[in-house]
Amino acid sequence: MRKIRELVIEKSLLGSALITIAVTVGIISVLAIEAVRFFKEVSLFDFFTDTQWTPLFTDKHYGILPLLSGTFLTSLIAISVALPIGLSISIYLSEYAPKSFRKTIKPLLELLAAIPTVVYGFFALIVVTPFLQQFIPNLSGFNSLSAGIVMGIMIIPFVSSISEDALHAVPRALREASYGMGATKLQTAFKVVVPAASSGIIVSIILAISRAIGETMIVAVAAGQQPRLTLDPTVPVETITAYIVQVSLGDVEHGSIEYRTIFAAGITLFVFTFLLNTLSYRIRKKYQEKYE
Amino acid sequence: MNSIQKNRLKDQLFKIWGIVCTLIGLVLLIIFIGDIFIDGISRIDWGFITDLPSRKAEKSGIYTALMGSIWILVLTTIISFPIGVAAGVYLEEYSKKNRLSALLEINISNLAGVPSIIYGLLGLELFARIMNLGASVLTGSLTLSLLILPIIIVATREAIKAVPTSIRDASFALGASKWQTIWHQILPASGGGILTGVILALSRAVGETAPLIVIGALAYVPFAPSTPMDEFSVLPIQIFNWISRPQHGFIENAAAAIIILLLITFVMNGIAVYFRNRWQKKWK
Repeated sequence: MRKIRELVIEKSLLGSALITIAVTVGIISVLAIEAVRFFKEVSLFDFFTDTQWTPLFTDKHYGILPLLSGTFLTSLIAISVALPIGLSISIYLSEYAPKSFRKTIKPLLELLAAIPTVVYGFFALIVVTPFLQQFIPNLSGFNSLSAGIVMGIMIIPFVSSISEDALHAVPRALREASYGMGATKLQTAFKVVVPAASSGIIVSIILAISRAIGETMIVAVAAGQQPRLTLDPTVPVETITAYIVQVSLGDVEHGSIEYRTIFAAGITLFVFTFLLNTLSYRIRKKYQEKYE
Repeated sequence: MNSIQKNRLKDQLFKIWGIVCTLIGLVLLIIFIGDIFIDGISRIDWGFITDLPSRKAEKSGIYTALMGSIWILVLTTIISFPIGVAAGVYLEEYSKKNRLSALLEINISNLAGVPSIIYGLLGLELFARIMNLGASVLTGSLTLSLLILPIIIVATREAIKAVPTSIRDASFALGASKWQTIWHQILPASGGGILTGVILALSRAVGETAPLIVIGALAYVPFAPSTPMDEFSVLPIQIFNWISRPQHGFIENAAAAIIILLLITFVMNGIAVYFRNRWQKKWK
């Protein structure tokens, strides 16, 4: 009796774990099925080479490039903000800061990541854009600059937290050896600790990029809804995610080509983040083995 | 200046730079919240919380959105908590090192990185259309449950890992079965850690906007939902809707609603940190 009960429990726990596999299968099939239907009407060649994305207009074009460039541009700005600040924070906290300071500041920084993204969107549109307009007069009301900067602030804790963990895991002996040679903390940090923790730092950067690509509300609120193939940060653009939101807000009939465009855009987004996540997972696994 | 002095100077300069970087995030956080407070605090009164949404900014309230968020929170907890903890227990206590466990692990790590809007597309097609649940509270909760499942699983595993093996051994030595050991010893011992993870995951769910917009949640609902099959709105969508309107009154409303949303998020995070601290002390 007891054996049966134990077995039933084990199997139902396994069932719960298998739900996660079902979720992945579900995501991939849903995206793939609708995307295949989409590509029956639009050729892959047009999708990747047409420079216009206008599925909601009468003159329809289905080139993903403008959405990709919008996504790329906002992510690039975000990473250029988050990377230097996040890495400096992680090095400072791990190598310089007193333990008590580190303990209080880390949860506070992580609070930055806990704030709902729509709140950041409000901030980008209502505060940062008007502020930047004082210095850049031709900055449009919707632009990738403010959205990117605010997104960068949001992902600072992603970079700093994971990098700091990696730096912290570097054995004390390596530092002592470097100090013993007369190196300063700065020299030790950049010549010994950072190289030793490099894989962890790379993982944090990849995850931050993946996060920036998939971020939705900040760009939907502050970057605009005009797909255009540009790297000019002062004009409105549209990201893949913002496009999906734009279509979802309207009344789009199921089964129409407009409905399918959000899945075609979605699968493009999924492929990118999937590749980045898998890469970071591989690096992390390799790195764990190194220290164990 | 010789090279030793130069290096010491650089060292000091970097230290100052590090402090500046660390504080810049927090200073910006304070500016954000301060600014939102100035814009919105005067708008908050009892009527703002109990009034229905309206076309006139000064008459609009957040009642339906707030009720929608509470519905979503409760249903998401009911769905995701048992599944997430069960999966975490399985992976930590039962699964052997084989291909399946490796696959489960890489899969969960990948799911944690899937953008939330993609979960919205899954929910739209699977729950709203194929299962015919429409843009209901249930569809929203199911979608958000899948979204936070990886977070709960990872937190559960971490919490179980932290339980000393001695407790497990003692229980087995007394003749307890595996499940008895888990139910009576391991789960109570790791409860604080699991709870921390679940609350943090739920606080994420409360702030999510994009997947709910994709499944078709509305910006304007005249009534608060009364069953899981009703249409709904949530606070973040209400905020998004107000931000998108040009009249100044709605910006004030958005700021006021953000104050309420942040209050909920921070209280949940505070509770989570409290549990974590209490639980960490237990094992030291």
